[in-house]
Amino acid sequence: MTEKTAREVLKDDSMMIQKKLISGHYNNLAQAREKGKKIVYTFVPGNIIELVRSFGLLSMLPEIDSLQSAMRKKSDQYVAEAEKMGHSEDVCTYVKCHIGMIQSGIPGPDGRPLPEPDLLLLSYTGCFTFLKWFELLRQRFKCPVVLLQIPYQAEGKITKDMRDYIVKQLKDDVIPALEKLSGMKYDEERFKDAMRKSSQAEEDFVWTLNSAKQKPSPIDAYFGGVYYVGPIFTYFRGTDEAAEYYRVLREEVTQRIARKLGPITPEGPMRNEKFRIVVEGPPNWTHFREFWKMFYDEEAVVVASSYTKVGGVYESGFRHDPENPLSSTADYCLGCYTNLSLPSRVEMITNYIRDFQADGFIVHSVKSCNSFSAGQLLMLREIETRTGKSGGFIESDLVDSRYFSPSNIKNRLESYFQMLDQKKGGRS
Amino acid sequence: MSEINDILNRCQELYEDLSLGYVQRWKEMYGKKAVGFLPVYVPRELIRASGMLPVGIMGGGDQIEIIRGDAYFQSYICHIPRSVIEMALSGKLDCLDGMMFPSICDVIRNLSGMWQLMFPEKLSIYFDSPQNFESDTGGIFYQNELKRILDEFSKLSGITATDESLRDATALYNQNRRLTQQLYRRRADKPWEIPTSELYLLLRAGNILEVTEHNQMLERYMALASKENRKPLDNSRLVLNGSFCEQPPLGLIRALERAGGYIVDDDFVLAGRMIKSEIPLKGDPLENIVEAYLKDSKDVPFKYNIENKGDELVESFRENRADGVIFCAASFCDPGLLEQPMLQGRLDKDKIAYTSFQFAENTGQYQVIREQVGTFSDTIKLWGGQ
Repeated sequence: MTEKTAREVLKDDSMMIQKKLISGHYNNLAQAREKGKKIVYTFVPGNIIELVRSFGLLSMLPEIDSLQSAMRKKSDQYVAEAEKMGHSEDVCTYVKCHIGMIQSGIPGPDGRPLPEPDLLLLSYTGCFTFLKWFELLRQRFKCPVVLLQIPYQAEGKITKDMRDYIVKQLKDDVIPALEKLSGMKYDEERFKDAMRKSSQAEEDFVWTLNSAKQKPSPIDAYFGGVYYVGPIFTYFRGTDEAAEYYRVLREEVTQRIARKLGPITPEGPMRNEKFRIVVEGPPNWTHFREFWKMFYDEEAVVVASSYTKVGGVYESGFRHDPENPLSSTADYCLGCYTNLSLPSRVEMITNYIRDFQADGFIVHSVKSCNSFSAGQLLMLREIETRTGKSGGFIESDLVDSRYFSPSNIKNRLESYFQMLDQKKGGRS
Repeated sequence: MSEINDILNRCQELYEDLSLGYVQRWKEMYGKKAVGFLPVYVPRELIRASGMLPVGIMGGGDQIEIIRGDAYFQSYICHIPRSVIEMALSGKLDCLDGMMFPSICDVIRNLSGMWQLMFPEKLSIYFDSPQNFESDTGGIFYQNELKRILDEFSKLSGITATDESLRDATALYNQNRRLTQQLYRRRADKPWEIPTSELYLLLRAGNILEVTEHNQMLERYMALASKENRKPLDNSRLVLNGSFCEQPPLGLIRALERAGGYIVDDDFVLAGRMIKSEIPLKGDPLENIVEAYLKDSKDVPFKYNIENKGDELVESFRENRADGVIFCAASFCDPGLLEQPMLQGRLDKDKIAYTSFQFAENTGQYQVIREQVGTFSDTIKLWGGQ
């Protein structure tokens, strides 16, 4: 077997598992009504997907619907639709894209309509806009809403009061709402079993992200990272299939390390790793591949990113704990990246630059997400001061292509990489 | 010069003094500390009961040139955090020993972390209020949050709040709430007697002044206002909504009044009006403050509400015999602008007329807005607001 063929086969295994997981999920969603399945809409950060699934319920994540719309080049028309309905140009485009998508009949990835919600599970973690988003959806769908408020870690630590508040809401509000919707009693053993599987996947997931400490890095922890976080951040955490995905991914990455191979890009494997970069902020989804290309054309590999922590920060040792399912769920929700204070975020990225031996870092600031963006310019300065590494700053948006200016971003990135090159003593 | 003008001039001076001279003098006079808070609401009773002066900070308005503040925020972030940073970096907030950041949006939330990084010597408190309004769930969380804050205040001031000092503070702020509500009722009854630009300055003075002084000021103003013999104009009656955090410049408020509409209710400067009734003085004072927030606070965009969205706005429209609603929200204000379509939907249901525009606290051109509101005002005068 040639090296190329071996690489393709190895890559294909994890990709095929993920593809199968996603298509299976959307197939289930498309057939949900005829099969009598109930649907819960909830959000990615701090999601409690194991608990939802333990009641036999199917979930949908609006941010995923919006970003998928953008990758399919549908988001602009959805955003325009929402703006026609009176939503301001100034506000979050994830929300507007989702509202426009609903207005258009909630078309799924294969064109079949996705179901409307039977319950809105407002897991309010790290983003104020989530509150307004589900208030807006409630006006449309008139279905029940259950709120799970996650206190903000302003002081950089989890307190007992925070944890108790979340556990109380889970016991008094969330579990009863899920019981009512599903007609099933809360089965703690089933929930614990899912958490065991979550924990297993989390081990392999952390190992994969940490593999970027190798030189060359076998993965891209931002553009590639968004694929790696897929199963664990979305619908599949706590399933055998997700655990299997991460086991296979780990094997593939192990082999890449042994062969000293760089990350796979849409144009094939990276041959050379010239720059090791840390990225803060979410990606742009309307021009995802074009954006990625701006990095790999410069032989820049992202070795760590904050975006791959929005659905949970596992590197500090947190794992879903089946022995303490509710308090562990609380800690999980509290620990998601956008629920961390700015000083904690600065410290995290500073550590990444050191631990992953990065040459520099880039802040990708998106118009839509104040949770990420407010304070990023100060973060940039703080991190530069603490690490002595130069930071770059680029701006666009999540799903509104009007804010993605390719030439502008490319110019900035090229200038930034030229500057890094000079600092590294390379050719100018 | 008349006494009412003296009061208004004092308010205007306080409004324009971004260096907080009053706070500096108060601190020197009493040898005590001061704690600032950003919009919208904090229980000021806690600050006072801990022996300190609460100081409401609502940004620099159109009175400060932003030089450094813009370097901290992208163009798509609202204006208030950049003017607050500008004020802090230029030493105008040096007299504040601590700052509270209420949980109203992601920008103010992250500003709390910026404060920790930029001013580590100052106390920085993120004030996380509950979105669960059940006493034994959100209430317990909130009470613990208030206890944590009282501990921080105790360390800062050296004075530990007691039940008695909390009750005393609550009584004074009850009086302030009562007087403010009276002022609002008076304006709604006879808006020509209490112009909104004057009411607004009185509210802003309440951000700075020690509460007993503000109470006296409100009483005196109301006593004098009715003697001014101001004549009613054939204006429409408008409820203004959307300015709960970043404030429009005073010039814009005046321009709205000159556009042919009386503002008969608004959501400006909510610190003193967030709790709608008086807080009971009997029983556990902290529990009373908690319950007041859970069960008796205004419906604002940063509070979770799915059951009766917009009802309070419609109620205000009816109670104040308004002809229309103007949505006056700050640009890039996520909570306000995301709330607006829901409120407009509610108004549509009751066939209530509205118009909307956006501002920034340093907006300098009022003509377009004035014309828009003037046209709206004329329209509802001619053809009715419903």
